[in-house]
Amino acid sequence: MSVNFLISQAKNIQIVIDENAAEIEALDQNIGDGDHIFNVQRGLKLVVELEDDIKNLPLQKGLNMIAMKVLSGIGGSSGALFGTFFMSMAKTPDLDKDIDFNKACEMVITGINAMKERGKADVGEKTMMDVLIPVSEKLNELKSGNTDMKEGLSEIIKIAEDRMLGTKDMLATKGRASFLGERAKGHIDPGARSSQLIIDTICKSLINK
Amino acid sequence: MKKFINNVDDFLKESLNGFGKAHSDIIKVNFEPNFISRKTKTKEGKVSLISGGGSGHEPMHGGFVGHGMLDAACPGFVFSAPTPDQMQAAAENVDSGAGVLFIVKNYSGDIMNFQMGAEMYSGKNDSIITNDDVAVEDSTFTTGRRGVAATVLVEKIVGSLAENGGSLEECKKLGEKVNKNSGTMGVAFTSCTVPAAGKPTFDIGNDEMEFGVGIHGEPGRKREKIQPSKIIINNMLEAILDDLKPQKNEKTLLFVNGMGGTPLTELYLVYNDACEILKSKGIEITRSLVGNYCTSLEMQGASITLLKCDEEILNNWDAPVHTAAMRWGM
Repeated sequence: MSVNFLISQAKNIQIVIDENAAEIEALDQNIGDGDHIFNVQRGLKLVVELEDDIKNLPLQKGLNMIAMKVLSGIGGSSGALFGTFFMSMAKTPDLDKDIDFNKACEMVITGINAMKERGKADVGEKTMMDVLIPVSEKLNELKSGNTDMKEGLSEIIKIAEDRMLGTKDMLATKGRASFLGERAKGHIDPGARSSQLIIDTICKSLINK
Repeated sequence: MKKFINNVDDFLKESLNGFGKAHSDIIKVNFEPNFISRKTKTKEGKVSLISGGGSGHEPMHGGFVGHGMLDAACPGFVFSAPTPDQMQAAAENVDSGAGVLFIVKNYSGDIMNFQMGAEMYSGKNDSIITNDDVAVEDSTFTTGRRGVAATVLVEKIVGSLAENGGSLEECKKLGEKVNKNSGTMGVAFTSCTVPAAGKPTFDIGNDEMEFGVGIHGEPGRKREKIQPSKIIINNMLEAILDDLKPQKNEKTLLFVNGMGGTPLTELYLVYNDACEILKSKGIEITRSLVGNYCTSLEMQGASITLLKCDEEILNNWDAPVHTAAMRWGM
């Protein structure tokens, strides 16, 4: 993992999110307040625009700049959560050394744990954490196991998709959808959908490399 | 979408610029990060009150910055929580040594961003969270209620205590009391359109209303056919009274708030209906507030807030205030 890797992933993700923007917006309007997709799009645009400022920086500095940009430029829950994600990734030890797959897993796990802490949400509450926590658990398994990397990434794609779809029949207890009680049932959580798309995009690009 | 817009991306900036120019005698607008502060620096030793939230609820919160109310307000994008650097910058700018009290509406984005802002601010600070909306009750299905129009009352009443030398602890305590003593219920006839979205947040039939709507157009308790005002207001008040359980002859403040698209003429009609219904239930209305204070862009609809008042609340309510949106006694 390097700053250039992060920027190129952000560009890939931007394309996929734009393609699915109308669907995510509709999900959010059904159960939330409709700002999620704009926040995600604004965040991706800000990160991509940072390219010239950060492309030659060491990973830790680059991550911190991305974190501050995301934190100050997005707003809403997404800004706080994704900002927390990058800020915590930057705190992973030994980032000045070569980042192999195991180290990258460790960084993502650290980031997701910090998001869980910030949002005080766990699995089963109809939020993006329903996708992110199981993915983080799988990464932890891959990190210490002997599974082939590409095989592991395919499993992650599957987990993210299943968990995203699984939010459909949940009652929300966190986020704006939580105020709706039973009425939020039957709709996929928009944050779970955008997170799943992001994970799907990154994993596929790594598998096809 | 029909709105006064030059360019969607400049919407907030241009609106804040206009606000700053129109009220240059009371406030100033700071950009990057965005916050609105009093024109004259907060006096030494006074607790500073800072609120904020997504834009689109004007005059909340910028319109409540000034003597007897807030020291600063942090506006986010339309319906999106502000960012931690805004709260940090506002706190650094207005803290005069007695600490900062953040007033936060109970929405996950606001809570997280204010929390991070408070962590980033090195000075003494504390927070209160408003959650007056009785539409969706605290139950096994929900962890919390939304913070809506009573936030205006909290900001006014705590603002007065802070102006008169109340400590950070006393201000927090009074704010929590006002929040606990108030209940709000909202109804919408039409949706609103977020400029960045360009189309209405929800679809609603010509003869329908959303009972228990949130201030971002989030669905409430149920979708119903519209009815005569008296029936709607009675249902709203019942939801509030069920929750607040005021004593017979308990003094209250009745606050009829417009969502942005309903004329004052109708809001006064609502006030009239609410007065008659409350009177018939033996509840005494001792103070009133009617107008557009906590809006949802151009949404047609109204919310009713009832606040149970003791002497401390009444005295602080009556105290002088001078802000862009609320002014009396000075």
